[in-house]
Amino acid sequence: MDTTYQWLASFAQSVGLLYFVGIFVSVCAYAFWPKNRARFEQAAFTPLQED
Amino acid sequence: MSATEYSIRRATTGEIAGMLIAAAAVMPFLMVAALTDHSGYAFHATLATLASFASVFLIGNRCFRPGQVPAPQEINGKPNYNMGPVKFATVASMFWGIAGFTVGLIIALQLAFPALNLDLPWTSFGRLRPLHTSAVVFAFGGNVLIATSFYVVQRTSRARLAGDLSPWFVVLGYNFFIVIAGTGYLLGITQGKEYAEPEWYADLWLTIVWVTYLLVFLMTLAKRKEPHIYVANWFYLAFILTIAVLHLGNNLAIPVSVLSPKSYIVWSGVQDAMFQWWYGHNAVGFFLTAGFLAIMYYFVPKRANRPVYSYRLSIIHFWALIFLYIWAGPHHLHYTALPDWAQTLGMTFSIMLWMPSWGGMINGLMTLSGAWDKLRTDPVLRMMVVSLAFYGMSTFEGPLMSIKAVNSLSHYTDWTIGHVHSGALGWVAYISFGAIYCLVPWLWNRKELYSLRLVSWHFWISTLGIVFYISAMWVSGILQGLMWRAYTSLGFLEYSFIETVDAMHPFYVIRALGGALFLIGALIMVFNLWMTVKSGTVDVPQADYDHGLVPQLAPAQ
Repeated sequence: MDTTYQWLASFAQSVGLLYFVGIFVSVCAYAFWPKNRARFEQAAFTPLQED
Repeated sequence: MSATEYSIRRATTGEIAGMLIAAAAVMPFLMVAALTDHSGYAFHATLATLASFASVFLIGNRCFRPGQVPAPQEINGKPNYNMGPVKFATVASMFWGIAGFTVGLIIALQLAFPALNLDLPWTSFGRLRPLHTSAVVFAFGGNVLIATSFYVVQRTSRARLAGDLSPWFVVLGYNFFIVIAGTGYLLGITQGKEYAEPEWYADLWLTIVWVTYLLVFLMTLAKRKEPHIYVANWFYLAFILTIAVLHLGNNLAIPVSVLSPKSYIVWSGVQDAMFQWWYGHNAVGFFLTAGFLAIMYYFVPKRANRPVYSYRLSIIHFWALIFLYIWAGPHHLHYTALPDWAQTLGMTFSIMLWMPSWGGMINGLMTLSGAWDKLRTDPVLRMMVVSLAFYGMSTFEGPLMSIKAVNSLSHYTDWTIGHVHSGALGWVAYISFGAIYCLVPWLWNRKELYSLRLVSWHFWISTLGIVFYISAMWVSGILQGLMWRAYTSLGFLEYSFIETVDAMHPFYVIRALGGALFLIGALIMVFNLWMTVKSGTVDVPQADYDHGLVPQLAPAQ
């Protein structure tokens, strides 16, 4: 039981870090990808461009 | 026998199904009401019986009304928006808001003057406090979120709300849940979990309503005319989806019997505590934060007439916020039986949350860059900007209080109550007031609000109230915490508990004064909105409005 707990805790502590860094890097890449620039700039105007 | 000509339409399949389900529910509810030996539960079963009857009538009555059903998706090439449910939820939000603020004032006065408990079970602090929290969070806040989400998703998707009956089912069903939950607390029906007090049958009903809400929202997004899903809708979707998951997780309870309101949760001990605060903190994170950030991302740009400061920042804000918030719950269980590493984990994630929170605040505030002058002329925008300032303040204070050393002083004291209210009154209520001040003229086809001066009065009176409230709670909370941990030179506790309670009295009076000012501000708002609808200047010619030539404002049906 003790080993299961330790295995789980160390898994959460190491893989968890990689998981969050990975997500953050991919979100930044998506947000700053040059190809998406025009799309996002246009999307910012969505609330103002209503009928 | 004169044959009068009535124009009766054939019911749609959905209407027939709705009437059948409602009719089939009448007898079982009536049986429960008759057989249970719990009077409060019998009262709720009776309400459910009446609601089932009313549903059959309301759906059936639609067949006698003129107009095309289901309503056309577009009129003259423009989306035929469905604003009926939005209007209902807007009115309901103000109704419950006033009710919730009033109960808040009553319990604040009860703390200062205990005689006001009246020695009756129904009016005791223990029953009225959950009534207050649920009324402001779920009834006021929930209706604001339903109203604005149904409005925003239609406008930013340029598509009519999905479903014919279902948007009404969501709005009316949710408010029925509120009635069941609120009356239940007064009658002593509770499962004793903070922000999740309603018992199993109310929880089951909310699950049905909430899944319908999710489906209506998703189906509306699915038929959008815009290629991109605007960021406000992402926040709304995160709010709806996460609340569904949290609600299911924290309410896995087994009822004692169909004839009893009592149930037992499947978790026990510290697991139950952890589940409760995983739920509890994310009710803050996804109900009171993500949902209201969605309001910010639509209504602040709209009112300032400027695009959001950085759309790319809004994307990072969204993903960082939702991935971090879900882990912050354990900070409610510092120095308890919860494993130490889990407490540290909760604290660490809470501190990291500072970044996305302030990213969002900066994004909202900077939307005004180049339009700061509007703060002087537009009190509605001022209200929304001050709400962002309060958001920044309370999301700085929150991580601070989650640090174990600070928490050892602040936990169980009034500091927590002050923190919650700087977020709830300053952020949630102010951004909601701002959104409702925008929405009412749009929904009721009015050029502008009845009086901007009254909005200014509301703003200053309420702001003064909030400042009274939170500064009183800071002082009393820290005083309380310090008195609890004070030792004499001999190692005895310096103060008895009742001495610490006595020391709180002046601050409780100041807090009640703050609450009274906040309520007065809200009453001014109700008057202003009432006059806007009743006697405001019509925006577009009423004939065009009535004949659907202004499709975005066409009434339901």
